[in-house]
Amino acid sequence: MSGNFRVNKRKVLVAMSGGVDSSVAAALLKEQGDDLIGVTMSLYCGTKALGSGCCSLNSARDAKLVADRLGFPHYSVNFKADFQSLIIDNFIDEYRQGRTPNPCIRCNQLIKFSLLLAKAKELGADYIATGHYARIPLPVTRYSLLKGKDQKKDQSYVLYRLTQEQLAKTLFPLGEMTKAEVRQKAKALNLAVADKPESQEICFVEDDDYGRFIRENAPELVRPGPIIDRTGKVVGEHQGIAFYTIGQRKGVGHHRGAPKYVVGLDRERNAVVIGDDADLLKTELTARELSFVAGKGPTGPMVITAKIRYNGSEAAATLMPDGKVVFEQPQRAVTPGQSVVFYQREEVLGGGLISS
Amino acid sequence: MSNRTYLDFAATTPTDPSVLAAMLPYFSEKYGNPSSIHSFGQETRAAIEAARQQVAGLIAAKPEEIVFTSGGTEADNQALEGIAWANEKNGNHIICSAIEHHAVLHCAEFLKKRGFAVTVVPVDQDGLVSPEAVAQAITPKTVLVSVMHANNEIGTVEPIREISEVIGRRTKDEGRKIYFHTDAVQTAGHLPINVAELGVDLLSISAHKLYGPKGIGALYIKKGTRLTPFLHGGGQENNRRASTENVPGIVGFGAAADLAAQTMAEENAKLLPLRDKLIKGLTTLIPDVRLNGHASVRLPNNVNVSVKFIEGESMLLNLDMLGIAASSGSACTSGSLDPSHVLLAIGLPHEIAHGSLRFTLGKQTTEAEIDLVLEKLPPIVDKLRRMSPLYPGGKK
Repeated sequence: MSGNFRVNKRKVLVAMSGGVDSSVAAALLKEQGDDLIGVTMSLYCGTKALGSGCCSLNSARDAKLVADRLGFPHYSVNFKADFQSLIIDNFIDEYRQGRTPNPCIRCNQLIKFSLLLAKAKELGADYIATGHYARIPLPVTRYSLLKGKDQKKDQSYVLYRLTQEQLAKTLFPLGEMTKAEVRQKAKALNLAVADKPESQEICFVEDDDYGRFIRENAPELVRPGPIIDRTGKVVGEHQGIAFYTIGQRKGVGHHRGAPKYVVGLDRERNAVVIGDDADLLKTELTARELSFVAGKGPTGPMVITAKIRYNGSEAAATLMPDGKVVFEQPQRAVTPGQSVVFYQREEVLGGGLISS
Repeated sequence: MSNRTYLDFAATTPTDPSVLAAMLPYFSEKYGNPSSIHSFGQETRAAIEAARQQVAGLIAAKPEEIVFTSGGTEADNQALEGIAWANEKNGNHIICSAIEHHAVLHCAEFLKKRGFAVTVVPVDQDGLVSPEAVAQAITPKTVLVSVMHANNEIGTVEPIREISEVIGRRTKDEGRKIYFHTDAVQTAGHLPINVAELGVDLLSISAHKLYGPKGIGALYIKKGTRLTPFLHGGGQENNRRASTENVPGIVGFGAAADLAAQTMAEENAKLLPLRDKLIKGLTTLIPDVRLNGHASVRLPNNVNVSVKFIEGESMLLNLDMLGIAASSGSACTSGSLDPSHVLLAIGLPHEIAHGSLRFTLGKQTTEAEIDLVLEKLPPIVDKLRRMSPLYPGGKK
């Protein structure tokens, strides 16, 4: 990623959402002299596809305009069938199991850095580039995935399931930049997307209303059941455990005394378990489906920092080879289905799905 | 991308420089509204009537039988809906072929939602519509049959004359009119057309497919055919299409029609051997390739092949990166997942329909360009097949 000229032009497929980040990523590569192919993935249909979501028709149009401005070809590729079966169906199934999924992690693993990477090979591209805020320095003995320099924007959390092979083929041109610098760059280049609002939500869930999404796409999950306290006493009724997430306060009814939170989802009994704030605190969790982007996992107890949700903060912990994580300080609302990601300083070691 | 090769003339053609030259005065010099009484209006009125003669001449129609539209889609929509609404009291049944353009098929679906019955007549493995199948589909409620003159994807030319004869016979038996529409967007200006010989009541044309400008087309409406108009708000086009006329477009369309009438025979004599060279080359140089569409009863500029084990889209993108513009027989890249309805209708399984590629030749096409495709495509196919999990000996 260093140097302003290159003897051999690299051929790079840039994943373009039409947003400011991927547009600037493309512009930076173009300035470095890379030979670019812009690609926008069409992933799902739905009313949101007409609006402002990141995979919408408008996005493809914005991306096309940027590619045209910068002078490289742009294509839309259709991954709708795979996105439905690998991402959306799984998203619904996770809720059915009483878990709270993060579909972006899975999408990065199975769509962007798999299907799109395969597309890159088909098109003769050596690398795939995205607008993620993360870094992959030149390898010494292996590739490493580092946090983005902009700590506030760092997106390494959603990339922990990548493999060494995928890192070898990946470029993150924004890794060394802050969001402010990216916006500035977009303005300097006069890119029309410079002031586009940030997209934080799950792209296929309209208005970030996942309750409505579940009702419309998986009506069988609307299954009323009891709200119980930690002793098993029924204290209310819920519309379906899929509408609840650990740590949630809304929708658990009014109770005397201290505020109540969702502290567990019991799929067997179709019950939402509520408790006090203190009941949300845990010093341990177990992760399954471990994946180590650094190459390999620990063989003995390993001192790490761990993050249990995208917007969470890292906490000191010990990682066991079997996926058990023991925190130094209790963590609030450990949520099954979310990912725990392991770090050592700047580097992402890997992570797994929280099972309990 | 200085040396680009365009082989997608069925999608659109470049406006011929002589056509553009004919249009230019009608932007800023002769800008009168043709409906105006004054001299400004008179000169543009004269221009559109001259163009009407030119377009009528291309299909051996009378000028008053030509209504200018915004293009082929509007002409198709106007034909179907115009006949449907005007004859609602006589019947509510429409027949079309399975390989019609979406401008016909989707319009038929729309009418279905509004209470019409629609019969979609299948085609054989070459894409031919059987006149007998059309005859059998006719019911006492049938008001319209729509079968395209030639298919835009696979190039098969339909037996319009024979279909019109069976419709004529049934019309006689039934003792009432059954209208016949043909979408001639791919043939007008490319094959000789005589509306009387074809025996059609309605025929759609689009200017940009015959080296004219985009945004202008025409519907031939046989004299005496009653049609409910689409647009209301003015008496233009003999009360059949309100809206101030697209004068530069119409003038360009006329010039393009005239030019096509003169150059058609010569162009086809040039294109046929190039088409056949490309077909022969692709089917011999690449294993497991099939030609889609009829081998001989096909447009002189159309080549459509299915390349087994790989996706048309990938070939298309690889060709584009080498500056070669073709089109994929499958659905547009941003569109639906389903492969082309035309390829499915001729009986191709999904995976083979997905691997289709269409080259359509035109005036500018040279033998060197055909040779270039024959040089560049086989290695692309080879590379993609090696990556394809479907290919015996391919990856994974």
